[in-house]
Amino acid sequence: MEQLQQILEQALTQFAVISDETELEQVKARYLGKDGSLTALLKGLGKLSNEERPAAGARINQVKQSIEAALQLRRDTLAQARLDARLAAESLDVTLPGRGIGTGGLHPVTRTLERIEHLFHSLGFAVSSGPEIEHDFYNFTALNIPENHPARAMHDTFYIDPEHVLRTHTSPVQVRYMEENQPPLKIISPGRVYRVDSDATHSPMFHQVEGLWVDEHVSFANLKGVVQDFLQRFFEQDDLQVRFRPSFFPFTEPSAEMDMSWKGGWLEIGGCGMVHPNVLKHVNIDSEKYLGFAFGLGVERLAMLRYGVNDLRQFYESDLRFLKQFN
Amino acid sequence: MKFSENWLRSWVNPNLTSAELGHVLTMAGLEVEALEEVAPAFNNVVVAQVLSVEKHPDADRLNVCQVNIGEAENLTIVCGAANVAVGVRVPCARIGAVLPGDFRIKQAKVRGIASFGMLCSAVELGLATESDGLWLLPDDAPVGQSMRDYLELDDKLYTLKLTPNRSDCSGMKGIAREVAALTGSELKPIRIEAQAVTLTDTLSVAVEDQTSCPLYCGRLVKGVNAAAATPVWMQRRLERSGLRCINAVVDITNYVMMEQGQPMHAFDAAMLSGGITVRRAHKDEALTLLNDQAVVLDEAVLVIADEARVLALAGIMGGQGSGVETNTQDVFLEAAFFQPDAIAGRARRYGLATDSSFRFERGVDFAATRMALERVTQLLLEICGGSVGEITEVAGCMPVRAAITLRVSRVARVLGVALECGQIADLLTRLQFEFAMSGDSFSVTPPSFRFDLSIEADLIEEVARLYGYDNIPALAPHAALTMLPYSESQRPLNRIQQILVARDYQEIVSYAFVEEQVERELCGNADPVALQNPIASNLAVMRSSLLVGLVGALRFNLNRKQARVRLFEAGACFAKIDNKYVQTQRLSGLVCGSQLPEQWGATAKSVDFYDVKADVEALFAPQSVRFVAAAHPALHPGRSAQIFCGDNAVGWIGELHPHWQQQYDMAQACVWFEIEADAVMQAKVPRMSEIAKFLPVRRDLAVVVDECVSAQTLLDAMLQAPVSYVQEVVLFDVYRGRGMEQGKKSLAFRVLLQDTQTTLTDAEIEPGMALLVDVLNKCGAQLRM
Repeated sequence: MEQLQQILEQALTQFAVISDETELEQVKARYLGKDGSLTALLKGLGKLSNEERPAAGARINQVKQSIEAALQLRRDTLAQARLDARLAAESLDVTLPGRGIGTGGLHPVTRTLERIEHLFHSLGFAVSSGPEIEHDFYNFTALNIPENHPARAMHDTFYIDPEHVLRTHTSPVQVRYMEENQPPLKIISPGRVYRVDSDATHSPMFHQVEGLWVDEHVSFANLKGVVQDFLQRFFEQDDLQVRFRPSFFPFTEPSAEMDMSWKGGWLEIGGCGMVHPNVLKHVNIDSEKYLGFAFGLGVERLAMLRYGVNDLRQFYESDLRFLKQFN
Repeated sequence: MKFSENWLRSWVNPNLTSAELGHVLTMAGLEVEALEEVAPAFNNVVVAQVLSVEKHPDADRLNVCQVNIGEAENLTIVCGAANVAVGVRVPCARIGAVLPGDFRIKQAKVRGIASFGMLCSAVELGLATESDGLWLLPDDAPVGQSMRDYLELDDKLYTLKLTPNRSDCSGMKGIAREVAALTGSELKPIRIEAQAVTLTDTLSVAVEDQTSCPLYCGRLVKGVNAAAATPVWMQRRLERSGLRCINAVVDITNYVMMEQGQPMHAFDAAMLSGGITVRRAHKDEALTLLNDQAVVLDEAVLVIADEARVLALAGIMGGQGSGVETNTQDVFLEAAFFQPDAIAGRARRYGLATDSSFRFERGVDFAATRMALERVTQLLLEICGGSVGEITEVAGCMPVRAAITLRVSRVARVLGVALECGQIADLLTRLQFEFAMSGDSFSVTPPSFRFDLSIEADLIEEVARLYGYDNIPALAPHAALTMLPYSESQRPLNRIQQILVARDYQEIVSYAFVEEQVERELCGNADPVALQNPIASNLAVMRSSLLVGLVGALRFNLNRKQARVRLFEAGACFAKIDNKYVQTQRLSGLVCGSQLPEQWGATAKSVDFYDVKADVEALFAPQSVRFVAAAHPALHPGRSAQIFCGDNAVGWIGELHPHWQQQYDMAQACVWFEIEADAVMQAKVPRMSEIAKFLPVRRDLAVVVDECVSAQTLLDAMLQAPVSYVQEVVLFDVYRGRGMEQGKKSLAFRVLLQDTQTTLTDAEIEPGMALLVDVLNKCGAQLRM
């Protein structure tokens, strides 16, 4: 009995000071192993009488359970300590920068075009495009600008040969689209255009977005409505003032220049008007039945205003220090 | 079109400020480009006469002057100008005057002598940028008069940006008429009367091409004093319209052009041989113009000729040897109406743009030609004297103004705002249009001075313009709602651009025109599409590839210390094939520098062919493309490939040729790709297939092969081998070096085998694998043991 108590105390004391898991298992064997002291006691039960055996067995088992419980507790403690140590060793400096590839970005003009396309798409405008080397017919004649018309001089045209030009505007797409499609029509046509001109506010290549809506009931008032709506949405400014003033384009009548209020003044943003009956006639659309409006927006101008760019030429210099600002 | 406000207000004087008037013009389609003061603000400056000049006792370079400013007392003024002299009339700023730059004139002692003002130069009054001393005024300058009144400086200059349809506003008469219509102010036209004929001489006029010249009026005026001084008021108006004064006769014709909008010409009658003929030029006829330019003519050009020679390009510019000089005594005055079609474009052919051609090619009031000639005569007599001959008038088929129907309902439909009959009638009246009303429509006859009105839409614009574009509401359109088509077998370009952005590429936009030599050499383009009129010699041909722009952009950035540059561009490229211009949208990238941004924990490695190849593959995914070694003038011959999508060559990839790398001064190799946008925009709408129920079996094959055998050769051979359950063969390792014979490499492939019906057994797999090994052997590859 005394011996049993001694074994228990000895085991508990030993377990408490062991800090190594392997050693713990070795010490465990001294009590519970094949040759362990407690095992020896259990084996000795057979020598006891039938009367003594149950009580003695119960006592030994009780001690055995206590030892096993103490052993498990110690195992858990040591395992936890081991895990804690590992986690501590594995901790990272979470402030170090992440690794891998960087990200690039779109050109501010592309970014602006996407925004324009998206806004007009929400009104149901499809996107159409046309060639940049354009036939004289589409760039001028079909747009009611005959040979020798003074309006041709306004365009500072790049010529490829006597019949082909670099398109001076995106308006030829109007004609090409109307040749292929019947009203009602609702398109925008973004793209590059070219004029013989180069300084801080003119680039020999720039971008326009042409818009065209042909239907039975579209009016100049609707043209004003759509353009104003667009500019207010584009600049995210509900009170943006938009002004239309009479102007002249051979392919629209009435024609207007669109201005928007900016820093106390007015800035020209593009031209527009009701599609000229001669243009509709060229593409066999009955101008009595159908009316249309068209507009052309200067994309760089919009991008400059939106993003605070003050020199047009920066768009084409490809300076990463400039381009990265729009990512 | 530039003019003085005071001149305009002498015709029509609305109760508006200068700025308000400018706004009215702009909002009527006559855009005011500039509105500026004739002179900067200054005050208290008068015309003075210097009465005496004495040396300043204490300063060598100063004079003490007595100056008369038209008042009882003369002023003592100390003056430092070298050109001060007794008797000269000069501007004098009085005490209290404020000159430009807020320069205030106070009473001051100059080296001990009190000075009561300042004698001024033109620079000090802000009227010139340089001068050499006091501004010496004419001897008749009225002493004591305010300089501002004397020079009529309280005036403003309007510059109109006239659109081609509004030639009627290229004279003061037309602008005044427009302002009267816009403001309702009274128009005070100049009375022009037929001048009394005092001479029996006339010059015969023959018009051969009456279609081009429907009206020609000419008249002789003899005994003129061409040396007479042009009156100051006329000089001033001409100068304020941006015209240089030449001599009295020319100034008068110019003045009438600016006033009436009718270009005129005056010939020296003594220089003419015989009568005047208006005709088409003969081929190769020559003429030296007043600007010394020698031109060679042809039948497309209308000329004024006498019996001996061509005198002038009709409606464009006079020639040398027949113009009026100060010693001219007899003049022949011309006022004509030329059809816009006969003049349009002709001046441009000779690189000319004259005040005359500007007006004629847009249209000049054909009903006012004769009166303009009378107006010139009247001014000529007043200023130069002379005797007047009868007007010789040759009139052919004059333009007819057909009546245009204007429907009230159409106005409402086009403008989106319903105007009433009465309103429209009122607007037409203000525009001086003749019209008749019948029911719901007007019949409008456009006036002779308008060349832009021929259809109903033109009149609707006039109505809208006068009604005010501002007064037309901005209305959201109403239309039937239908959805737009949205194809799934086309990927929009911007989604593809986003793939490159996510792979660290920065987009650029470069000019579509490039230098011809670079285009030829770098892009191997033997026949570039050239511009007839390039803006610069290095932007003379259209690009056939985006490479040139990318190389330029790369170099720009490398020169600015950017070590890692990854650029792309999407845009059109141009070629001429079978006499047709072919324009292809392309997507192209150029990268240089380290594969990854400089960072910790990763060894720096320069970007190479395979990094960029992965980018290209990502653009096409899930489509797979093939890379076939091929040579390109821009690329390293051993490191370039053509990209194939099925059987179509859709692009290039490769390392820039070391020769170019050196020429462009690039320290590191760079890798370029270019693909046709169409090829990457194709997409398949996915169709699900059953997922196999049985797991695939993986077998690896490592083979040793000569360096010159491409991986693709082995892959193709294995995929074509008749082993039905090979699902996938992927190269996963390449080994060279230790243990490997020189000139050999080891390639390791992963082979996935799968059958949809059953799990494959070794017995089924082994013959298949043996077949693959066999196929590899035939390609010269030996299984690596």
